[in-house]
Amino acid sequence: MTIIQPLTLVLLMPLLSAGFLALMPNYRVSSAFNVLASAVTLLSAGLLVVRPPQPNDYFLVDELSVIFIVLNTFVGFTTSLFSATYIGHEIETGHLTPGYVQFYHAMYQLMMFGMNVALTANNIGLMWVAIEMTTLATVLIVGIYRTHQSLEAAWKYFILGSVGIAFALFGTILVYIAAEPVVGEGLPGMIWTVLNSRVAEFDPALLNVAFIFLLLGYGTKVGLVPLHAWLPDAHAEGPTPISAVLSGLLLNVALYAVLRFKVLLAANPRAMAPGPLMVTMGLVSLAFAAFMLYRRRDIKRLFAYSSIEHMGIIVFAFGMGGPLANFAGLLQMTMHSLTKSAIFFAVGHITQIKGTQRIGDIGGLTATHPGLGWGLVLGVVAIAGLPPLGIFMSEFLVVSSTFSRAPLLAIPLVVGLLVAFGALMLRLTGLAFGEPVGTQAPVRISYVPMFAHLAIVFAAGIYLPPAVVVWFQHVASMLG
Amino acid sequence: MQGLAFDIAHLLAGSLVLVSFLMIYQDRLPSLINVFALHAILLAASVAWQATIQNMPELYVTAMIALLFKAFVIPVSLRRMIVQLGIHREIDTVVGTGLTMLAGMALVALSMVVMLRITAMADPLAREDLAFALSVLLLGLLMMVTRRNAVGQVIGFMSLENGLILAAAGAKGMPLVVEISVAFSVLIAFIVIGIFLFRIRERFDSVDMQALDRFRGEQQP
Repeated sequence: MTIIQPLTLVLLMPLLSAGFLALMPNYRVSSAFNVLASAVTLLSAGLLVVRPPQPNDYFLVDELSVIFIVLNTFVGFTTSLFSATYIGHEIETGHLTPGYVQFYHAMYQLMMFGMNVALTANNIGLMWVAIEMTTLATVLIVGIYRTHQSLEAAWKYFILGSVGIAFALFGTILVYIAAEPVVGEGLPGMIWTVLNSRVAEFDPALLNVAFIFLLLGYGTKVGLVPLHAWLPDAHAEGPTPISAVLSGLLLNVALYAVLRFKVLLAANPRAMAPGPLMVTMGLVSLAFAAFMLYRRRDIKRLFAYSSIEHMGIIVFAFGMGGPLANFAGLLQMTMHSLTKSAIFFAVGHITQIKGTQRIGDIGGLTATHPGLGWGLVLGVVAIAGLPPLGIFMSEFLVVSSTFSRAPLLAIPLVVGLLVAFGALMLRLTGLAFGEPVGTQAPVRISYVPMFAHLAIVFAAGIYLPPAVVVWFQHVASMLG
Repeated sequence: MQGLAFDIAHLLAGSLVLVSFLMIYQDRLPSLINVFALHAILLAASVAWQATIQNMPELYVTAMIALLFKAFVIPVSLRRMIVQLGIHREIDTVVGTGLTMLAGMALVALSMVVMLRITAMADPLAREDLAFALSVLLLGLLMMVTRRNAVGQVIGFMSLENGLILAAAGAKGMPLVVEISVAFSVLIAFIVIGIFLFRIRERFDSVDMQALDRFRGEQQP
């Protein structure tokens, strides 16, 4: 075929843009180009839905990965819009120099490239390499402000992320060793489509240990407790667009890897059931993060812990398995990505206005900045799980499917959700209402990305298009 | 011949575990770097031996990368770095040496038990290689936990990656793409680390990670 494949564009566009942006000194041009490149990537990702390519030895696009790819490129695009405004302010106030911004944009696209490769990879080795690359790119961006705190955060992220990624590689090698006697030496032992069709014949003991390593390894990047220590620091100290991308996308990419391996393990009848492990880690993350929310004094850390909480719910849902819980997990993941990045868009502007991230120094936003304040209110209400927004629906599905199958597990789940809800509402009242607190710097605000996300979350809570429902149901049954 | 091939592979992989133990109790940075170079040489030999007995010429590339890069380039530049930073004096570990050694032994025992039990069906060569590789990996992890100096942590991380390469080389016919990528990621990781160390010096005049631990965004007034 002579037409350029959409898959090629999804991968090449970020890669080439990264190279171009690395050489582009003018930050206005590079911000605009960053938006343009992200838009093209999003459009080609849309084409992937319409015309998915045939899987080959390296790349695979199926119904599951398409959800992640579209979500990934969409949030990547809206974040680039927000990032353009955010970076403009950072340059004006002298927090970043043009040289650093040049580097930042190149790393942004490199990270998008890594995530897109990881999501389209048909090869467990390639997937690992891609996830490692995103880690390195994000470590470099987290440390970009070069303050004490951001260096510590980047170092912690780097060390913990590397250990996680090392565990994941060991698990990947074990999967290959399990596959090798059945499918033969060389490339076939690393290809998802081959592994999935032959997994029933693999040695179950090897697969079990491999999955434990993979869950711990990729779970570090998902931010599961007790491997989460890097996450709040990296969110709090990096530039806010990166906090949005970390929460909205990077955690999902690692989750995607965990899900793929879960499906693989579940297809072998003699291997252990992967569900209970994931359910336990999910519940522990939820409970831990829910209580930690109360002690936060920093607005970005607050929402970082809320991300841990939500990843806990999502991993719990996928661990429970079954069509309903999987459906809820997919929906929760999509809604969380959209809502959390919208919140970080608001938080980014708020911290620029107030010049601080301390919750105590921020107050009365709905009075002083109505657009921003009410955007934050809507986002937090959504993330806390109030009806009629999208997350309420997915959390309701998680809880009700748990009640019908394992009522005892539903108790800690509901307690965790309520505790987190209380903490978020408590903080929100101080931030959004009451007397205005803190300084006010003039800031250009981009409302479009934030309200676009919130509108989708709001609409999804009221009406899910039947096409999406059918699609998610199909994927949910695929996940087993 | 077959028996000898196995014995040599085990000898090399076993020595890697031994050298990992040596690294754990080195409390001065220059000697730690020297022992790490030895670790990398052993890894190169081990990978090269795997290349010979598996008849996989691609693995020689991995061995060469390990030899040139990890046994030579990195130790030399690390040594220059610590001299420039003026930290080639004693380093102290967080936990006492005796306790760390005991923990190390427990980890090796654990990995032997786990790996030998689950790979009962697998090829005996890959089987014991894997057990040694997991030991090296866990010992590297232990080292990262017990060091509070950034250079010590970095060396711990690199010895951990050595364990991974040993495992990848032992897996029969594993596509080369992974080995190269591992070696390559080590390179990238090192650049990153280099940048970090450089920046840490700019900011703190110290690479003592406990100095960093004092700066937590939330604990400031």
